[in-house]
Amino acid sequence: MQPLNFLKESPSQTAGPYVHIGCVPTFAGIEGVYPEDLGKSMITGEAKGEKITLKGRVFDGSGTPLRDAMLEIWQADAAGLFNSPVERRGTADPAFTGWGRQPTDGETGVYTFETVKPGRVPFPDGRLQAPHITMWIVARGINIGLSTRVYFEDEAEANAEDPILARVEHKVRIPTLMAKREGDTYTFDIYLQGDNETIFFDV
Amino acid sequence: MHNNPPETGAFYPRDLDWHPPALTPGYKTSVLRSPQRAKISFDPTLGEISGPTFGHNMLGELDNDLVLNFAQPGASAIGERIIVHGRVQDERGRGVAGTLVEFWQANAGGRYRHKKDTYLAPLDPNFGGCGRAITDADGYYQFRTIKPGPYPWPNGVNDWRPSHIHFSIFGAGFAQRLITQMYFEGDPHIAICPIVNTIRDQAAIGQLVAPLDMNNSVPMDSRAYKFDITLRGRRSTMFENRKEGN
Ligand SMILES: [Fe+2]
Repeated sequence: MQPLNFLKESPSQTAGPYVHIGCVPTFAGIEGVYPEDLGKSMITGEAKGEKITLKGRVFDGSGTPLRDAMLEIWQADAAGLFNSPVERRGTADPAFTGWGRQPTDGETGVYTFETVKPGRVPFPDGRLQAPHITMWIVARGINIGLSTRVYFEDEAEANAEDPILARVEHKVRIPTLMAKREGDTYTFDIYLQGDNETIFFDV
Repeated sequence: MHNNPPETGAFYPRDLDWHPPALTPGYKTSVLRSPQRAKISFDPTLGEISGPTFGHNMLGELDNDLVLNFAQPGASAIGERIIVHGRVQDERGRGVAGTLVEFWQANAGGRYRHKKDTYLAPLDPNFGGCGRAITDADGYYQFRTIKPGPYPWPNGVNDWRPSHIHFSIFGAGFAQRLITQMYFEGDPHIAICPIVNTIRDQAAIGQLVAPLDMNNSVPMDSRAYKFDITLRGRRSTMFENRKEGN
């Protein structure tokens, strides 16, 4: 038989306690190497759509917020288009990068993203997904980055027809994916363990 | 750089037996930070297949030179001068062009420039510890640095990390996103490190150990280590059950 000859993906290792040195060095106090921490600003001009703040904390199994985590988000613009060469349905808003990176605060554990509310993006079969943001979490003690999705509590109609949410067998867990609105701020807390353990995805 | 249209195939599923599991009690911090419920799997959608891109024009001249990028004019970081270079490729063996690779590390004494690192080894005033590069059209990257020292860490009473460099790699789609660590050939700490040993397969650990590369060492200046990084492959067959444009 012929060999398939595929390589293996490099195995993950924890980002460790000092991920901020590598990914947000200015935040970590290392000034002057880069002009600004990458991913700090997602909105680079007059971005279209609703400006929102997304914030929250990441809790460990004891209920303690992680103060050494790093989060990244990736999302469509207000029209549902990605600022990526893979996007072939149109041109995304040039004033919105779609990608953000933030540390959790060293004292409070709060992360904060200033972004826009994403539009709806089709599922591969053409059905529309509900507005959502893809989130990736790394930290000391996390051996491989955790992927989740931020949905919006006030999009009940769209959420009801979302193909990924429909795949969740234990509906009681769906609220763990819902950001809660207060004014222009959505709060999305992540629970790594416990009764409210956030749904994480293998994608 | 490269004129082929971007690939839009979905990624191969991750081999979760090759990666470390979430719960690895030998690495104590994982105990309270490991999700316990099954992850929900789905075939990547556009949001996972796409990802941010970064242009070479983003890079400063010294971004890939940790020997100089934090040093005072005329000074340089203390330690064994090394070049780390390699190729970012996917599981099909294709180079991943134009992708951002970031790296961070301790100084030659094993101390990080971070307010929470209280190890008694001194800071090097000319060493910051971070750098970045973007792969070329064939997927290659390189940077110059000093070899980081091993350091003790609070886990067992006497656990030491092998010399290592942390790596963050983007890939072409957000589902290829990866953070890992590079180790150095011949380091006896590799075999006894609780973090290394979160990986169960010895061949997988071997994939993170960079060999000394004398061919690319610069005589009387710097030795080289070669570190290739493999990201998830993506389907390249044409028969996708997808609507046009998705
Ligand atoms: Fe480290």
